[in-house]
Amino acid sequence: EISAPWTFHNLQELRHSASLANKVFLQRDYSDGTTCRFQTKFPSELESRIERPLFEDTVKRLNIYYAEAEKMGGQSYLEGCLACATAYLIFLCMETRYEKVLKKIGRYIQEQNEKIYAPRGLLITDPIERGMRVIEISIYEDRGSSGSCSGSSSTSGSSAR
Amino acid sequence: MKHCEYQQIDPQALSTPTPTLPPQHAVVQEEKKGETARRKWEDFPGKNRFYCDGRIIVAQQSGVLPLTLGLILVTTVLFFVFDCPFLLKHLTVFIPAIGGVLFVFVVISLLQTSFTDPGILPRATPDEAADIEKQIDNSGSSTYRPPPRTKEVMINQQVVKLKYCFTCKMFRPPRTSHCSLCDNCVERFDHHCPWVGNCVGKRNYRFFYTFIVSLSFLTVFIFGCVATHLALRAQGGRGLMFALQESPASAVELVICFFSVWSILGLSGFHTYLVASNLTTNEDIKGSWSGKSGTEDTGNPYSYNNIITNCCSVLCGPMPPSLIDRRGFMPVEESSQTVATEIELAAKNEINVCTQGTKDLLESASRSPCPQTGKPQTVSTSCPDSIDPADPAVTFNPDVTPDPVAVPSLKCGGRHHSHTTSPPDEPRQLHHHHHHNRHHKTRSARSSSKRAALHISNPAYNVSLSPPTSPGLGPSHGTGAEEHVRDSFATLH
Repeated sequence: EISAPWTFHNLQELRHSASLANKVFLQRDYSDGTTCRFQTKFPSELESRIERPLFEDTVKRLNIYYAEAEKMGGQSYLEGCLACATAYLIFLCMETRYEKVLKKIGRYIQEQNEKIYAPRGLLITDPIERGMRVIEISIYEDRGSSGSCSGSSSTSGSSAR
Repeated sequence: MKHCEYQQIDPQALSTPTPTLPPQHAVVQEEKKGETARRKWEDFPGKNRFYCDGRIIVAQQSGVLPLTLGLILVTTVLFFVFDCPFLLKHLTVFIPAIGGVLFVFVVISLLQTSFTDPGILPRATPDEAADIEKQIDNSGSSTYRPPPRTKEVMINQQVVKLKYCFTCKMFRPPRTSHCSLCDNCVERFDHHCPWVGNCVGKRNYRFFYTFIVSLSFLTVFIFGCVATHLALRAQGGRGLMFALQESPASAVELVICFFSVWSILGLSGFHTYLVASNLTTNEDIKGSWSGKSGTEDTGNPYSYNNIITNCCSVLCGPMPPSLIDRRGFMPVEESSQTVATEIELAAKNEINVCTQGTKDLLESASRSPCPQTGKPQTVSTSCPDSIDPADPAVTFNPDVTPDPVAVPSLKCGGRHHSHTTSPPDEPRQLHHHHHHNRHHKTRSARSSSKRAALHISNPAYNVSLSPPTSPGLGPSHGTGAEEHVRDSFATLH
């Protein structure tokens, strides 16, 4: 069991009464080419904060969504051909499938933050805000117990928790 | 320097969430928010220019885009005015119809290529950069200054080296390259096309391809129609000279089309080959996958080894969104809190600041005037000789060049000195740059005559070989063509 001395009930509370202790970055996984995938390696900084299956589940689901957005199948080809035929003007009026999936991802991340991550003092930033390079996970600490100041740049496990 | 750079970026101090602001500060912030909320394109770090409030993006130099547009327009208009009536009467109505459709396709795809974000990657945030530095420090073993950093990944069982971009502070994803002309990393970077005045990358490659293919068709079509027109006129033994005298515009069109059809057809053929093998111009020129480097693992790891699949994936694949969010608003809260924490940061760290991190902080500090009015308040708690917040001289005005703002901070101790000398300059530069963006007109008209004389025999090489358009654009662009070429080739990795 993970002991949680903080009791954040929602994201608002998290932002106002906690201080940022550290940030973890999940890099991209390029083993499949240039398609968007993130590494599912469990960072050591999060070991004491969240259960591994929950975390891996979130990242895997995000990877599934991104794969769905970039999937090349009948629908995307149809969209592409139609766009070409109209000299790509439909991109000005229509929302592409990719954009629709991105909105879905945004909602999913929001929901995960509210249900799972904020109660544990964590916050996931949507990768689209970081140029799809990383999944940024911010680790918050209760203001009263914020320890490491200048040492926060050091590696995991060293911060007083 | 490296050590200093790493140490200075203190994630905790940088991104502390909004502290409890005094109510006056909050009110001031609310009032000012409407007028000072900036969109992200206004602070874009690359060299691009933006129009229509961020909707349209072009490269810093528009290259020969006006010439391209001009040539196409002139030729087509001449065609419609001088050749179509004759052909309409003597042949068929489909000729102007087809010509019209092709012309519309050409112009639309050209404008889309020029004005679309090619797939620019936003630069890494300071936190990310610090994290990457940390990882490199941990894994690096050399004691001296390390060579350009690379990271190896396996893509489809093939080893690919990712290079670290010092400007954008991140490891470039595969197939991404940094364009020195635009000062951006662009995904699936193909080349920087001066004819189009923009980089060609992941997001606008299909527009570019449509443009050159439809332009090939248009050029061939006009050439054929004009030749037919002249032939018809010269019938009956009256001779070509007679025909030309009757319709001199046709001669102009013939000349333009004749000289451009070879290069455009060649370019279309070359890019068709690239599309079919899922390569970029950049990779093809450097021979990344052709085995020149001597490694046994050659072959393009991104290719599907099927021409149809390659074509479909490049041209008909899903359209990725723009990652730079040009029209989003700069978060005002963050800039105010970074100012508040900047004071803490200054108190904690030494004067020896030597990186982008603080510069960004300063920029954001100088950009948001509202916190400055709050600054004297926080300053007054620690400095006895504070300024009266109601003093009009203290209110920060980006248009005013003298630095009344620097004064209260300076009084607060020498520690602040190094931080606050630059803010007064920054807004001036930013304002000027802003001005520059809004009122800039293309300067390439001067050089269009120069460019027309450019040897167009090898278009594939030519597109990256074009010299900068105007010497007046600044010292960095005033260098000779060869230097610039070498420079852009060197950085096109």
